[in-house]
Amino acid sequence: MAERLYVGTRKGLFELARRNDVWDIVATHFLGDPVSAVLAEGDTVHAALDLGHFGAKLWRREGGGEWRELTAPAFPPKPEDAGDDPHPWSLGQIWVLEPGRVPGRLWAGTMPGGLFRSDDGGTSWSLNEPLWRMAERRQWMGVAGGEQPGINSVLIDPRNPADIRIGVSTAGVWASTDEGASWRIINRGMYNEYMPPEQREEPLVQDVHRLARCAAHPEIVWCQHHNGVFRSEDSGHNWREITAIRPSKFGFAVVAHPRDPDTAWFVPAIKDERRIPVDGKVVVARTRDAGKSFEVLRDGLPQRHAYDLVWRHALTIDASGERLAFGSTSGGLWISEDCGDSWIAPEARLPPVSVVRFADH
Amino acid sequence: MATVRFTSALQRFLAAPPTEVTAATVGEALAAVFEVRPALRGYVLDDQGALRRHVAIYIAGEAVRDRVKLSDPIGPNDEIYVFQALTGG
Repeated sequence: MAERLYVGTRKGLFELARRNDVWDIVATHFLGDPVSAVLAEGDTVHAALDLGHFGAKLWRREGGGEWRELTAPAFPPKPEDAGDDPHPWSLGQIWVLEPGRVPGRLWAGTMPGGLFRSDDGGTSWSLNEPLWRMAERRQWMGVAGGEQPGINSVLIDPRNPADIRIGVSTAGVWASTDEGASWRIINRGMYNEYMPPEQREEPLVQDVHRLARCAAHPEIVWCQHHNGVFRSEDSGHNWREITAIRPSKFGFAVVAHPRDPDTAWFVPAIKDERRIPVDGKVVVARTRDAGKSFEVLRDGLPQRHAYDLVWRHALTIDASGERLAFGSTSGGLWISEDCGDSWIAPEARLPPVSVVRFADH
Repeated sequence: MATVRFTSALQRFLAAPPTEVTAATVGEALAAVFEVRPALRGYVLDDQGALRRHVAIYIAGEAVRDRVKLSDPIGPNDEIYVFQALTGG
């Protein structure tokens, strides 16, 4: 089970360790700087910064040593004939970092919608050109009304690292089965309430907030969508809405149990412009029967005047499936060691949390 | 020679000492600095080589006009200031 947790916030990266059964902050990194993504594999940690003035940066620390800055992913020169591209050809933010399931390989999902790959452990990166140069990419919509779309999720099939799914804000779910050489949009069965009626079921307009995949049964994929929760049993091709979720169906985050295909966790909130917990109570919704029913977990979570929102990368689970953690826009941080039945809050008042990640996967 | 000076806000991330350069334009002046300090380039320019949106450059008290191609001319003894447009909280 994971014994170390990284919490990326608006003002720094916080490292927590479990000692004598207690989770506590044992180190701070990049204090004052916005952290947009974290990946911790063993004792190698990658942290992406989103420096407001000076751009998106990528740093790595190995074996508890000094942080070293890496060359961040960068877009190639914009060709003359790409003048009407609505999205900038420049890295806005590294939004998600994922291991590629091949030694040395990492994937980075970014704003403005570029997918980058490294085959040398993050030292150098190359843009996935087939996805970026696809004509449909210009139809991707920006996140929260902004100009930049973002790749929020990168799912690699552990049985076949050439099989990739990405979730895009806002452009649905895309699949490649050839290591990224070609892409197609695959999601059917989702609907987007805020679009005009004739557009609602279009795969390309689906506002996928976050995807999560069961590691032992990769064909099972869960989605927290802008207007609901969906589940796929065929690797993201067809989706079924899960209406049993309580207390509400809006939210950003989802994690899947690493072995049990029927278990997943969500952090619901009031949709959609208000974006606060229902009745001012922070809760986690857990299903153990593939979405037929949900338990609303609240033991140890604030139940009075709590207005915490949990972003899409701010809920995580360890490889054992027993330990979970989530952080909020109000700087709340909660950890569970019993699959979400109860939660503890380490002693801290953190900046707004953008990402949490255990150090074991 | 012209001198390029960087905001102290950059020093937190990497060394950016004042650097003397021989150059005819802002772009040439920056290129001369990045030749010696390549890691600095991504802090000042975006992926297409334009000035980052929240970075400003002043020459002799005036903001550069061409933020994309950095073609503003510089004099032989000009002081070129690179600094951040402050935002946030």
